[in-house]
Amino acid sequence: MRHILKRHLGPALCAATLGIAAIAPAAAQESIRIGYAVSKTGPNAGGATTTTIPNYELWVKEVNEAGGIKVGNKQLKIEVVEYDDRSISEEAVRSVERLATQDKVDFILTPWGTANNLAVGPIFDKYGYPQIAGTSVTDMAPKLAARWPNSYWLLGTGGSYAEGLVELLVKLRSEGKIGDDVAMASIADGFGIELAKAGRAALEANKFKLVYDKTYPLGTQDLAPIVNEVKALNPDVFVAFSYPPDTLGLTDQARVLGFNPKVFYTGVATAFPLYKAKFGAAAEGVVSLGGIDPSDPKVKDYIARHTAAVGKEPDRWASFMTYAGLQALQQAIEKAGTLDKAKVNEVLRTGTFDTVLGQISFDNESRQVPNIFTVGQWQNGEFVGLVPHEHHGASQLVFPKPAWPAQ
Amino acid sequence: MFTNAFLSGLTMGGTYALVAMGLTLQYGVSRIMNLAYGEFVIAACFAALILFTSMGISPLLALLVVAPAGFAVSWLIYRILLTPLVRRAPNRGALEVDSILATFGMLFIVQGIMLALFGGDYSSYSYFNTPVELLGTTIAANRLIVLAVALAVALAAWSFLMHTRSGTAMRAVAVDPVAAGLVAIDVRWAAAAAFALGGAIAATGGVLVSMFLTFNANIGVVFTMKALIVVIMGGVGNIAGALAAGLILGLAESFVATYVDPGLTIAVTYAIFLAVLLLRPNGLFGARAR
Repeated sequence: MRHILKRHLGPALCAATLGIAAIAPAAAQESIRIGYAVSKTGPNAGGATTTTIPNYELWVKEVNEAGGIKVGNKQLKIEVVEYDDRSISEEAVRSVERLATQDKVDFILTPWGTANNLAVGPIFDKYGYPQIAGTSVTDMAPKLAARWPNSYWLLGTGGSYAEGLVELLVKLRSEGKIGDDVAMASIADGFGIELAKAGRAALEANKFKLVYDKTYPLGTQDLAPIVNEVKALNPDVFVAFSYPPDTLGLTDQARVLGFNPKVFYTGVATAFPLYKAKFGAAAEGVVSLGGIDPSDPKVKDYIARHTAAVGKEPDRWASFMTYAGLQALQQAIEKAGTLDKAKVNEVLRTGTFDTVLGQISFDNESRQVPNIFTVGQWQNGEFVGLVPHEHHGASQLVFPKPAWPAQ
Repeated sequence: MFTNAFLSGLTMGGTYALVAMGLTLQYGVSRIMNLAYGEFVIAACFAALILFTSMGISPLLALLVVAPAGFAVSWLIYRILLTPLVRRAPNRGALEVDSILATFGMLFIVQGIMLALFGGDYSSYSYFNTPVELLGTTIAANRLIVLAVALAVALAAWSFLMHTRSGTAMRAVAVDPVAAGLVAIDVRWAAAAAFALGGAIAATGGVLVSMFLTFNANIGVVFTMKALIVVIMGGVGNIAGALAAGLILGLAESFVATYVDPGLTIAVTYAIFLAVLLLRPNGLFGARAR
């Protein structure tokens, strides 16, 4: 029934939203027009509101307060055109097409999430806009980089995260600290499928034994059966490639059931401030994707500015990539000295940029940023990066995970 | 393992049943197919979150405020927004279609207000996530509370419908509003009261699930869909049916997740739903408003 309704009401509603969201164009090149379509409503909104939107707002605010972006000998302020893609890929594609053809914006920022970034890729490519994806994890990134020469994949591949984790486990095993048994649960959706696939391959290649390897559907509210079964198997390592609600749910259940493996790894949202806020001291020792170097002054400064501007801390993973992507775009425009997309892309492909992730460059075949933290851990109230070990500012794993505090 | 799966299924089923009971009253008696139902559940989640995090009020105490507020808000919505539809509708079928359209719009309004107030962020807090030993297994206290409240609400609502004058009036309205009017039942009052009671139950469900579920302003539809399945499966307007259907779904999901594969829980939910519809098209408990 809702489908019928959606068909009739959908176009009317979206026409209404578009009308409100679009800001009237200003006179020629008094400002730089930047557009984006991002999930403000729908199932993606939780992720977009945590990671993408605050960073876009922070960046625009900072740039404009500083007088704008320097293009040639002019300082141009940013003017934003913003759409809600309602977490629907088709809507994201339509909005980006509209930004390119009707709003004629100078640059387009990327939507939130892997699926939507893949969906809008062809449009970015068609109109030559740089697609700097800060929230897209896919093993297809190298192939996409070849297909779409103006795409940049800051968050890397699923494989890099899975391999980072397995590298850590191999080291622990060689030190005799853990056995061969690993239990893995994953969500049956984009991110979970990619990561589980990569994880399975990396674990098996390194002769780990997957004693539990099951997926659960999106929206699963009862995670007790999974934790109960895994607990009965008593593995040293538990890995969950989970989404925010289940990341929190699995942690909750593990606490209640007293399941405390030596390595406890959960997925998206572990690096969110929400995780620390909810679990406090119980977050200590939990391992996940991402991580930061808290002693880096740039990192400290970014967290402080983010908190001051949008009223909450950034997450310790994709927020950093998103913000670094914006810094790279700004520096590329200033370096190119023009709003010409082809020239800015040229600089993006070859240049080095000073960002919150350090000095980064996309000058490689897959246009990714090498050496981002793929594995991190909550230590003393901060989510610190562990892997790659040689990364500047990498911390040491706290092992084994401390017991859950009594509640 | 069996008791684990059983208890876990029972508590999850209790949650489903509790949330669905409000919708079954709204749909069964007032004939309002409330598509914004889940939004009201989430609104109650936020209310509980705010009371807990800013004032330290326990969600269980918050029930004393939020449930009556749910009743009052739903009453007002029925009297102000839905009564004109009821008045205008030539028959029940037309009212159902009109109410679907109206509440579909309301869904976006309520969701929009929540997005404006709280943003799209995930919210979560911990309350009573204490392990309790029961039948040789461990379970979170907050889940047991939900099960207990679901049973209590079911018992209270059932006794109210079966053993009080107002409840009997509501059942009469559910069966035939015209005839009910002929025997001097204030049909509009009964329908508004049933709708408001449904709202109070939605608020109760929201406050309780907020203790252990991560939510944001956008996930209301998840609750509406689940509640709808439970309502149709149990028999529209049937409290005992909603309780039974909720528990059956919860247990089935839990056993499948434990003994077969957690990936099949949704498939099983719909398989059971389909089977019930094929075998008993009016739902498990057939007749209305019992």
